[in-house]
Amino acid sequence: MSFINYASREINCKIVYYGPGLCGKTTNLQTIYNRTAPDARGKMISLATETERTLFFDFLPLALGDIRGFKTRFHLYTVPGQVFYDASRKLILKGVDGVVFVADCQEERLDANIESMENLKDNLEEHGYQLENLPFVVQYNKVDLPNLSPIDELQGFLNPNMVPEFKACALTGEGVFETLKAVAKQILIELKKGAG
Amino acid sequence: MFGSQASLVMYDEEFQQIVNLADKLLRESNAKAVFLVDRNGQLMAATGETEHLDTTSLASLTAGNIAATGGLAKLIGEKEFSILFHEGEKDNIHISIVAGRVILVVIFDHRSSLGLVRLRVKKASDALGSVFGELTRKSESVGSLGGPQNPFAEISDDDIDNLFS
Repeated sequence: MSFINYASREINCKIVYYGPGLCGKTTNLQTIYNRTAPDARGKMISLATETERTLFFDFLPLALGDIRGFKTRFHLYTVPGQVFYDASRKLILKGVDGVVFVADCQEERLDANIESMENLKDNLEEHGYQLENLPFVVQYNKVDLPNLSPIDELQGFLNPNMVPEFKACALTGEGVFETLKAVAKQILIELKKGAG
Repeated sequence: MFGSQASLVMYDEEFQQIVNLADKLLRESNAKAVFLVDRNGQLMAATGETEHLDTTSLASLTAGNIAATGGLAKLIGEKEFSILFHEGEKDNIHISIVAGRVILVVIFDHRSSLGLVRLRVKKASDALGSVFGELTRKSESVGSLGGPQNPFAEISDDDIDNLFS
């Protein structure tokens, strides 16, 4: 649910990066943070365990620039991927404007990807949202590794509706900004429709 | 817009009323800073000694805090905890929910007291609740007439692409 402030002429939108544990959600945000000009980004907040696993969420505010005289701000969140943090994941989806699903392309993570996608749909439904009606992008991460599932197999499970999708290596930055741009664009197009 | 979601819209008139009420609360409670935050983590208004604070992160973490304690409340059969209080060595944070969807944050130190803050927050909450009620009615009525001069109505693909250039 975007927040349009006519007084300060700002539009704020919330993007959530979702996916199984260790798929690279936090790395996506760290890469965006590292490659964004300091005046365009806020502080990155990571609520993580001692072993750097996301405990509650990561948060990165980004100011992408003006559009029709309004400052456009995107608030990027990740969810904790590990199965047992389901309550936290539900909370973070509240008020979401767009979702990025980060898949781990390694063969042995196929089941985890499918389970996480089902979990995303279930948790969205609890908030009264349907994934099909939300700005949504799929990212196939870790394509630099050797033991990959075939992309068409991943597509069948994770992207049957053929929403925009990107191969990525979050560590090197490949596909990271393309993913962000695609979901942000969809959100802005939805805002335009809402203005109708 | 997105299924059951609707954008929260803040207009100049209501924003000024909200800032005035926040200023009044700041003065009457001897607080250091007062914030209003949307439950989804967006900062709506801030007043007081905010120049050294990361207000964006504060807004996000406050909403996360409210969401987490709301989850805790449900686990023990409560609808939610309407007030949270965090006591620090020098500064304290009083957090409360106004009109069901907005979070009121008061940061205060030894110049004030929890009792005074609670008292003034209660009074301010009623007034803020009225303004947010009016804001909701206005958003709905403007929305039913086809929307205000939404800056996104005339948006072009070039506008969007320029954001990423």
